[in-house]
Amino acid sequence: MTIKSYAKAVNEAHEQLLASDERVFVIGQGVESPWCVGTTTLGLVARFGSERVIDTPISEAGVTGAAIGAAMAGMRPIVFHPRMDFMYLAMDQIINHCAHWYYMFGGRVNVPVTIRGIINRGNEQAAQHSQSPFAMYVHVPGLKVVCPASPYDAKGLLVAAVRDDNPVLYIDDRWLYTLEEEVPDEIYEVPLGKGRVCREGSDVTVVAVSYLVREAMKAADILASERISVEVIDPRTLKPLDIDLIVNSVKKTGRLVVADPDWPCCGFSEHVAAAVYSRTFNILKNPVQFVTLPDAPVPAGTSLEKAYFPDKSDIFQAVKHFFAE
Amino acid sequence: MNNCLCPPPPEFRINRIDDSKLKWLLLTMMRIREFEERVAELVIEKKIITPCHLYTGQEAVASGVCHALRKDDYLFGTHRSHGHYIAKGGDLKAAMAEMFGRATGCSKGRGGSMHLVAPEVGILGTSSIVAGSLPIAVGTALAESIRGTGRVTAVFHGDGVPEEGIWHESANLAALKRLPVIFICENNLYCTHMALDKRRVHDNLHRVAKEHGLESVVVDGNNVPDVYYAARDAVNRAREGYGPSFIECRTYRWRGHVGPNYDVDLGLRNQDELDAWVARCPIKHFAGFLVSIGILSKNDVEEMQRGVSFEIEEAVSFAVSSPFPDPADLTRYVFKGGASNDD
Repeated sequence: MTIKSYAKAVNEAHEQLLASDERVFVIGQGVESPWCVGTTTLGLVARFGSERVIDTPISEAGVTGAAIGAAMAGMRPIVFHPRMDFMYLAMDQIINHCAHWYYMFGGRVNVPVTIRGIINRGNEQAAQHSQSPFAMYVHVPGLKVVCPASPYDAKGLLVAAVRDDNPVLYIDDRWLYTLEEEVPDEIYEVPLGKGRVCREGSDVTVVAVSYLVREAMKAADILASERISVEVIDPRTLKPLDIDLIVNSVKKTGRLVVADPDWPCCGFSEHVAAAVYSRTFNILKNPVQFVTLPDAPVPAGTSLEKAYFPDKSDIFQAVKHFFAE
Repeated sequence: MNNCLCPPPPEFRINRIDDSKLKWLLLTMMRIREFEERVAELVIEKKIITPCHLYTGQEAVASGVCHALRKDDYLFGTHRSHGHYIAKGGDLKAAMAEMFGRATGCSKGRGGSMHLVAPEVGILGTSSIVAGSLPIAVGTALAESIRGTGRVTAVFHGDGVPEEGIWHESANLAALKRLPVIFICENNLYCTHMALDKRRVHDNLHRVAKEHGLESVVVDGNNVPDVYYAARDAVNRAREGYGPSFIECRTYRWRGHVGPNYDVDLGLRNQDELDAWVARCPIKHFAGFLVSIGILSKNDVEEMQRGVSFEIEEAVSFAVSSPFPDPADLTRYVFKGGASNDD
C-alpha cells in the first residue's frame, strides 16, 4: 500500500490492465500528449507500444465507433475523450450503437467497451471546455456510468469497468487528480453498482458526486462543530444506482441533500430525489435540497466561474436550511 | 431520362471460377430475390409490420462480395441488409421470424427488419443509422489487426453515406492504420427519395475514397462475377496487410426506399428508368449466361427456382408458427450478466 494521487491511480490501472489482459488496448486523441490526459497515460506507449496504446486523429465519433467495433470482436478497449464536452460528437455511436446493440440483437453481441470521459474545467475555459453532463448518459438504457471521487475508487472502478461485459462510461475529474490516499499496488476491482458511506451520521444524508464528495466531507466537518451529524454517501456508480444504500440512510436521517455538479433539469440529483421520494415519502422530515450547477452554460471569467461551481459552503447552506427557524 | 446511366446489359467474363461457385452465385441471388419478393407480398398483406427496405435488383452485390469472404470474416450492414445476411450465410428461418417479430427471430424480436445478426457467420449486426456501422467495422478490423489473425471485415453502405461526416472519419482512420476492412458502396442512385445529382455536385464517390487513401474501384453492381473479382482482390489485399479498399457497385433498387412500392407513382423516379434497370436484371442475365455456356440447363434453373421457393415458404411457415416474445422478458438483454435485466 502506497500513497498515490488520483492521476497515478488511473495511470496504474491502465498499466496493470494492459499488462494482465492482452484484449485490453487504449485508444484516443492525445494518448501521447501529456497535457491532454493529464499524465494518466504517461509511459504506456513506451511500455506497450503504439499498437496497443493508439493515438488518433481528432475524429471523436469515428474513434469511439472503432473502439465499439473492437469490443464486439472480443477486445476490451478503453477509448478516452480528453474532455467530456467533445464526447457529444460521438453521441450517435455511444447511444444508437454502443448502448442499444446488446438489446437490439437479442443479447447475441455484447459490447465490453470502456468509454473514458474526462472532466476538465476551471481556469476560464468557458462553456465548451468545462462540462460534466453525467445525467444524459445515465438516461440511456444499456450504458453503465461510474464517477470515481477518490484515488482508491479511480483505480478499482476502472478495472471493474474494463472487466464488465457491458459498455461502461468512466468519468474522471481533473480537479481530483492531485488528491492523494493509500492505494493498493496490486490490481483490484471496486464493484460496479455499489455506493460507499464516506462518513456516518444521523441528522442529514448528503449524496454527493465527483468533486462534491470532498466538499461534502469538508462541510460535514464544519457542521459537526454545530452538532449536526451528516452522513455522506458517494454512489460511485451512477448507473446502476445503489439506491438501497441511499434509501436506508434517508430512513435513518429523514433528510436528504443531493450534491451533483451537473445541470439541474432531469439531472442525476432529481433522479435520486425521485427514487427516494417514491420509497420514503412518509418519513421525510423536509423537502429534498439540491446543490447543482445553475441551469446555464459555463461562464469563462473567474468571478463568474467561482459563482457557478458549487463548493462546501453551498452544501453547508443546504444542510443548514433544514434547521432554519 | 433523369439520373440514369442506362448502361448496356452486363457482359460476363469469368476466369478461374469453378462451376459450383458459379452456381452458388446464381442460387444466392435467387434466394435473396425470392426472400425479398415474398416479404413484399407479406407487407402488402399487412402480415409483416416492421419497415422493410427491400434489396430486389441489388442481389449481385451481396452475392459477389460474400463469395469472396470466409465464414469467419465480419460483415456489417445497413437498414437494407436482408441480402447481405442471406449471402453471408445467415439462417433464413431466423431472418423471416425476425420480420414477423417472433421470439425465434435472429434478434429475438428486438431488432426487426433493419437489425439482423448472425455472429456464427460473422454478422455482428446491421445499423439503420446511415453510416453508423462504418466506424464499428473499422473497429473489428482494428481488433483483428492487433491480434494479427487475418480476419477481414466487409461493411456495406449506400451512396448517401459519403455525405455523412463519419464516413470520412472512418475511411481516414482505416487508411491511416492500414486496417483490413472493405467498404462496399451500393450506389443505387438514390438516397431515400433523392437522386444522386440532387445531393452531390460530382458523381465521384470512388474518387473521394481514393483521396482518403483507400484502394478504390468501380464495378457494374449488376454483374456478379465482376463484383466477386473486385471483392476478391480487396479481400486479398486486406488479408495480406495492405489496408482498406472501397468498391463502388453501380446498381439499382427496383422498389422504393422502404416497402413494396416503386416510388414511380410518387413522382420520385420515372417508369422508363425503372424499366431500363429491370431489363438489366442481374439474375436473369447471369442465369442466361450460365445456360449459354452450358453450365446449367434451363431445367436446372427452373429446378433451382423451385428449391428456393420451397426454402422461403418453409421459412414463412416457421415464422408464423413461432411464438411471440414473452412481454415478461421486455427488459431482458439491456445488460449482460451481473446487473439488472440479466441474461
